[in-house]
Amino acid sequence: MSTIPITPDPSDEPWILPDRGTIGMACLIIAESAIFVIFVVAYIFYMGQSLSGPTPRQVLELPIFTTICLLSSSFTLHWAVVALRKSKLGAFNAWLATTVVLGAIFLIGTGMEWYHLIYVDGLTIQTNLFGTTFYSLVGLHATHVIVGLLMLIAALIFGLTGHVTEKHAHRMDVLSLYWHFVDAVWVIVFTVVYVLGR
Amino acid sequence: MADSVSGLSSVEAIDLTPVEKPRQLFLEVLYDWVTTVDHKKIGLMYIAYSLTFLVIGGIEAIVMRIQLAVPHNTFVSPEVFNRMFTLHGTTMVFFVGMPILFGFGNYLVPLMIGARDMAFPRLNAFSFWISAFGGFLLYYSFIGGSGLYGAGSAPDVGWFAYAPLTAKVFSPGHSTDYWTLSILLSGIGSIGTALNIVVTIICMRCPGMKLNRMPLLSWLYLVTGSMVFIAVSPLTAAQIMLMLDRYVGSHFFDTQAGGSAILWMHFFWIFGHPEVYILVLPAFAFANEIIPVFSRKAIFGYPAMVAASVGIGFISLSVWAHHMFAVGMGAGANVFFVFSTMIISVPTGIKIFNWLATIWGGKIRFASPMLFSVGFLFQFLIAGLTGIMLSVAPFDWQLTGSYFVVAHFHYVLVGAILFMIFAAFYYWYPKATGRMMSERLGKWHFWLMVIGFHMTFDFMHIPGLLGMPRRIYTYEPGRGWEIWNLIVSVGAVIQAIATLIFVYNLVHSYYKGEVAGNDPWDAWTLEWSTASPPPSYNFATTPIVHSRRPLWDIKHPEDPDWNYE
Ligand code: HEM
Ligand SMILES: [Cu+2]
Repeated sequence: MSTIPITPDPSDEPWILPDRGTIGMACLIIAESAIFVIFVVAYIFYMGQSLSGPTPRQVLELPIFTTICLLSSSFTLHWAVVALRKSKLGAFNAWLATTVVLGAIFLIGTGMEWYHLIYVDGLTIQTNLFGTTFYSLVGLHATHVIVGLLMLIAALIFGLTGHVTEKHAHRMDVLSLYWHFVDAVWVIVFTVVYVLGR
Repeated sequence: MADSVSGLSSVEAIDLTPVEKPRQLFLEVLYDWVTTVDHKKIGLMYIAYSLTFLVIGGIEAIVMRIQLAVPHNTFVSPEVFNRMFTLHGTTMVFFVGMPILFGFGNYLVPLMIGARDMAFPRLNAFSFWISAFGGFLLYYSFIGGSGLYGAGSAPDVGWFAYAPLTAKVFSPGHSTDYWTLSILLSGIGSIGTALNIVVTIICMRCPGMKLNRMPLLSWLYLVTGSMVFIAVSPLTAAQIMLMLDRYVGSHFFDTQAGGSAILWMHFFWIFGHPEVYILVLPAFAFANEIIPVFSRKAIFGYPAMVAASVGIGFISLSVWAHHMFAVGMGAGANVFFVFSTMIISVPTGIKIFNWLATIWGGKIRFASPMLFSVGFLFQFLIAGLTGIMLSVAPFDWQLTGSYFVVAHFHYVLVGAILFMIFAAFYYWYPKATGRMMSERLGKWHFWLMVIGFHMTFDFMHIPGLLGMPRRIYTYEPGRGWEIWNLIVSVGAVIQAIATLIFVYNLVHSYYKGEVAGNDPWDAWTLEWSTASPPPSYNFATTPIVHSRRPLWDIKHPEDPDWNYE
């Protein structure tokens, strides 16, 4: 059937497709955003609806320091990838380590906040609607931070043991997309929970 | 020489002479299937898994229909009836509808876009196994509780599990936990597969397959996949909240502590309504491939079809609260949802007209795939019309919670989606197995199915209009419902028989069917250019396409499609 030559159609251009790591991460981020939207909506819906105390105004403090740490970790991670692109492996490891430390500070901050809320203020997930929505939303975000940190630590270990070269810069790009997303979500959580919610 | 231009023509280069393979031991075969990451095998596993659940869900439907055939029946207890409709709805939506469509997507998408596999083969296997585990988990609930005849401690909260029925006080024990967990797991699997399908379509197309040359099936799977992340994720979130409520005592849906039952309804239907479209868009996708081939015409209005599909995807995300007209959202909200619901009939109408225009004046072959597609067209139209009736809020106030609604959504789920799934089986079976399905059995299947379907679901509207509520386990004689219920039940049995003929046909044709060859229907898309069944690498050389119907170009080099696009 194919003995007659086929004249190719004239409009053919070079064939380049988007990268699947990036698109995959973008899809994951859309899916995760939808989950966060539901939790944020629940938070806003129940704002001020608790039948008993404590209220956010009584117990919440603005986590300014840890927020600064988390947000700056997006920059350090960006610089890490830039360094990797230029094959500056030492700088890459250093920036990556800084990112991990900043992320860890944020997590420790959350832990201390929760400890205080639970043991001093007596606010648990069962106490009232504020407790319910607060721990689930902030907890969901913290879970994402933990997952991100684990992946960053894995990358750091590979970096320190010399398994990372500039060929892997692309993978680090995909990973940093995730981390930037986690940061962006924090901006929303911070605004809703600590600014509007108080 | 043509080979260098179009990778397609090297189809013949694949060696098709049968080779005697040493027989594999059963355990080896099992090991192969369990560990596979090949998109075709995973697709087939999805399909096998959902066919199993189709039979189980069907048995549950028959149990319900036996119970309701005559008034005051005592075939099952009220408790068992509740469990039956919960399991039936959950099974049919989550463990039949979604997996079967993902199965076809998995199998077909890479073949149709000329790729060798999905973008993330291992994620694909993971998603399958986690979904399948979710399905089995629902039925683990049978073990324990009050024993097998009492359906164990199976969930009994309805497939939308309205709060506060799911609260610890109203559903003690673990039945609801089984329900949430199984939905949660299968939801994670669905999101994984959808992500994979979307990334595959965006990133794995063979050279020349621009977006505007993709088969419409891939377009529809692209839209469906994106809808899955946007719609199934909220369901996952809601299930997490429900689990928190049940396990650690939070109060999301606990009305005693100020929580809201309406919030659950919103969250559920933000998923539930788009879900209907997640199920129906792949059915459209099959129609888009089958109707042109069996009318011997290119699809009419390709760009309009794409636009309509994307439009449906978007609009369907904004209509969920038409399931909640009766809860008292207020006039403003009701008006909004009435109109957004009605708007969706515009793109849907465009699709129906395009299919009709494709059939119009074509050389129609009424083989089984086409028969089921024509059935689909009619039935989908009627389902759309009752849907528009229900989208009028005052009308909905009268009929929500009645059998009319049950008839409406089964018109879509069975009359449209299930019919197209059957069509897809008849159409692609030769590709997957190398053999044709029996046309004679196919005709029996089709006509019995049509008769049974219309007996069941046409007549189901009537007791609905006469005020028969859904989910009642029995009713009083003398309200004029008896005769209709009897007809409905007989129709259900006829459908069950038709389905068994189909299952028999599947098995029988695998051994005895006519050998199909690569391209039994004289079709135009890439999957027909490779062997049947396709080798594990799909294509010997990566195809290169120049138009929407690459095989047409090869078969008709004097008149290729790209002159017209
Ligand atoms: C083929 C024959 C079928 C029959 C005879 C049948 C029959 C029924 C019956 C009697 C009910 C319970 C209505 C009530 O009492 O409220 C029901 C509910 C339902 N069915 Fe089917 N069904 C069939 C197929 C399907 C399929 C293929 C799907 C989905 C793909 C499906 C999805 C549902 C859903 C979502 C519900 C709602 C469950 C609920 O009210 O909680 N059904 N069906
Ligand atoms: Cu709806």
